[in-house]
Amino acid sequence: MKQVIRLRVNGQLHEIYTAAHKTLLEVLCEDLDLTGVKHGCELGECGACTVLVDGTPMLACLALPIELQGREITTVEGMARGTELHPLQQSFAELGAAQCGYCTSGMLLSAKALLDREPDPTREEIREALAGNLCRCTGYTKILDAVEKTVNSDQ
Amino acid sequence: MNIIGKRLPKVDSWDKVVGATKYAGDLSLPRMVHARILRSTMPHARILNVDVRAAQELPGVCAVITGRDVPIKYGILPSSQDEEALCVDKVRFVGDPVAAVAAIDPETAERALELIEVEYETLTPVLSIPDALDETRDAIHDEAHADHHNIHKLVALEFGDLAAGFAQADYVLEDTYFYQGNTHLALEEHAALAAYSPDGHLTLWSSTQTPHYVHRALAKTLELPPSRIRVIAPAIGGGFGGKTDPFAHEIVACKLAMLTGRPVKIMLNREEVFYCHRGRHPVLMWVKMGVRSDGEPTALHFRTMLDGGAYGSYGVASTYYTGALQTVTYKIPAYKFEGMRVFTNKPPCGPKRGHGTPQPRFALEVHLDKIAQHLGLDPAEYRKRFVVDDNTKTVNHLTITTCGLRECIDKVVEASGYQKKKDEGGRMKDEINPAHSSFTPHPSSLRRGLGLACGAYLSGAGLPIYWNDMPHSGVIVKVDRSGGVAVFCGSTDIGQGSDSLLAYIAAEEFGIDVRDVRVVTADTDLTPVDLGSYSSRVTVMTGNACLEAIRPLKEKILDTAAEKLMVPAESLSFRKGEIVCEDDDARRLKWNEAVVLAETKYGTLSGTGSYKPPKRAGPYKGSGVGVTPSYSYSACAAQVSVDIETGQVKVEKVWIAHDAGRALNPLLVEGQTEGSVYMGVGEALMEEMTYRGGLHKTPSLLDYKSPTTLDMPEIHTFLVETLDPEGPYGAKEAGQGPLLPVPPAIANAVFDAVGVRIDETPITPEKILKALSDTSSSAEKTKGRAPRVGPKDFPQAPYPEPIRVEPPASAPKLR
Repeated sequence: MKQVIRLRVNGQLHEIYTAAHKTLLEVLCEDLDLTGVKHGCELGECGACTVLVDGTPMLACLALPIELQGREITTVEGMARGTELHPLQQSFAELGAAQCGYCTSGMLLSAKALLDREPDPTREEIREALAGNLCRCTGYTKILDAVEKTVNSDQ
Repeated sequence: MNIIGKRLPKVDSWDKVVGATKYAGDLSLPRMVHARILRSTMPHARILNVDVRAAQELPGVCAVITGRDVPIKYGILPSSQDEEALCVDKVRFVGDPVAAVAAIDPETAERALELIEVEYETLTPVLSIPDALDETRDAIHDEAHADHHNIHKLVALEFGDLAAGFAQADYVLEDTYFYQGNTHLALEEHAALAAYSPDGHLTLWSSTQTPHYVHRALAKTLELPPSRIRVIAPAIGGGFGGKTDPFAHEIVACKLAMLTGRPVKIMLNREEVFYCHRGRHPVLMWVKMGVRSDGEPTALHFRTMLDGGAYGSYGVASTYYTGALQTVTYKIPAYKFEGMRVFTNKPPCGPKRGHGTPQPRFALEVHLDKIAQHLGLDPAEYRKRFVVDDNTKTVNHLTITTCGLRECIDKVVEASGYQKKKDEGGRMKDEINPAHSSFTPHPSSLRRGLGLACGAYLSGAGLPIYWNDMPHSGVIVKVDRSGGVAVFCGSTDIGQGSDSLLAYIAAEEFGIDVRDVRVVTADTDLTPVDLGSYSSRVTVMTGNACLEAIRPLKEKILDTAAEKLMVPAESLSFRKGEIVCEDDDARRLKWNEAVVLAETKYGTLSGTGSYKPPKRAGPYKGSGVGVTPSYSYSACAAQVSVDIETGQVKVEKVWIAHDAGRALNPLLVEGQTEGSVYMGVGEALMEEMTYRGGLHKTPSLLDYKSPTTLDMPEIHTFLVETLDPEGPYGAKEAGQGPLLPVPPAIANAVFDAVGVRIDETPITPEKILKALSDTSSSAEKTKGRAPRVGPKDFPQAPYPEPIRVEPPASAPKLR
């Protein structure tokens, strides 16, 4: 059954006429063409579909848009301000934290949520915050380095 | 050099961090329909009937196909054409594709699958190596596809005088090992989009590491002229070897597009990706090694048995690879290899990072650790003494150009404090201090250990997959009046940075900014053939082809600049956006102006380059596997803590040194090295493909364990440079080799920590506790051996009489 859902994504309000059972992941990719959010497992294990809902990481493959009306949803497309990259995006690119790039959006958003909450985390705290995001390419080293660099360059 | 050797970002990083990169699953076309595949629920059965009538009648269904619509067999190796896009007469594993539907949306396609009725006649499943050797069980394939019944491949090779080698040995150690199968688990699930135009042109976008081989498989199975098929690999969300075969879903999407006249998209779910598999073969191994009292190897006899799963895939090559590279690290004067691959009713195994070599490397490096332990030798010094030399050949006719292994061993020994941490008995001094262990509830039950292992891998397969004498890699470089450079190459960037490498090379050679180079890759219509991203071939092969393509362009540009500046062309060089006279700095020309002059004089400016590896195969059948332009070398030290109450192993630190010839971008080489360590840690401790009665036990990311940030140690990476003459700027591979020493280093560290040998992967808490407590282990103790968990015996197999091969003149010799 289709119905109209009002979603605020990256500061923009969208009215979407879509099936009520579709997940947030599906609506973002298929209805809003925000394909920066990725599907990797369909059951909330890999973290590739991480988005922020009111600043908190949420797995879009387990979330229903119908329940998120009136909330502020941030995807990777909403991280840069115009052409100015978020410092995390800059460090991820410069330090080789994105190899295949498939986990990158989720990693960036989990890291952003951490830094918004705790501007000066330790490496252990960064590990904890990213423990729900799998990466098969990097061994996590360059990802942790990139988050740490962002922390240090902010000070 | 301005670009090469610098820690530059990858050219595709910027799109990746803003979410703009398009993977196959992100693509869509107008009028697109969606396909789903019905998969076998039986491990081994004959198909009696497939009734698709109800599915065809479901509103929204555009087409339904079965095996009879795509009956032509295919497979990656010419010798293993045993796969069908949809099974025709028989299914061979749970997950084998049987029928496919295209519908207006994925939900309708899924509903249609439920309406398809398949009638099966069950056959005895073959689920293990012993099952496969049991001739009373049904054969999985026709005899034409197997060496014998369910034995896919049998190999036996002998180099040098094995009997004399063992006769000269002071100590001979025999043991059995098992390396468990595991999968690539690339985060991107396979996806494909096919479009067929009314004039008969077919286009497929697919998450593949090998567009060229997919191209060939499509032409064969769809009976289309290859000239009218275009295969494009968009950004790939990780490969590791898992996207190197042509896949059923690719053929199915194309066939459905041809039948419906509409673009067809197919996205596999994670469970289906587990069924596509082509991952690490489970390998049972028997090793017998003879050494002198100082540890010098005199003979090595190695037997392997590979559990191949239901189809051939790369399996013949995988089988040879389990025997090929044992000789390229240490001097072995006599070597015998016997290998066997069997068919079983499980998802097909194939190439995963290290293809067929991590399993024997695990066995060999643990075996050497046992020998060092027995002889009272330091494992690092011991290995170093017998490392191969530059510009030599191995006993099985492999050519060593450069070897940085000694330096790699030195780096990790020094950085890990290996010697300092060991006591007189060679065991690690247990320095776990309860006061410093904040996270563990039972600090007193922790034991710490340090282990070492080495490895080597090829920089690209020396032979193509199908026999031909054409280039392995082609590059076209175009320069025009805009000052922009475009590099066209069939290579596929799977995240390792192969696109970036082409841009770095062009920017370095022309002395321009990397941003002024555009790279167009992985499109069989637009780019010259490159065989694909497998066997760690890309840096060496595309790099050399790219340099060759650039050379004539440089000559033309310098020639016209020389005329303009009235100096000899030899005095000019490319420097930071200018052509500069070395003898007279005042004589210089902007890059753009120089290009305009060259285009005026010579017309359209382009260059082509090709690369073919040197012909080095030895004089015997099977000698093509293992040859390569150069070998990379790695050494790894791993520090673990083992909890003797829970059996839990924590890898605390890893030091890895890798000889990559020259790191064209150290940031990317480190990334490949760290990623390899990660994958090695996963394989050593947790990753495994396990089955119950033909059913995969863990076909989801929830159940299949892989390391998270919390499981990973800090990795200390050291790059060793040997400037290999075969590689561009001296480069060798980096993507696979550094995985090899990691699992055995961890196994050796576990032994150092708790004194038990876990001779099989993954090294789970259960196995450690079993080794610590088992009564059979006490039996081992009475034989003077460490308690052990590992395969107890090695089945009898009908290995043939070996092909006996005379070693080359420069190979290590028996005294």
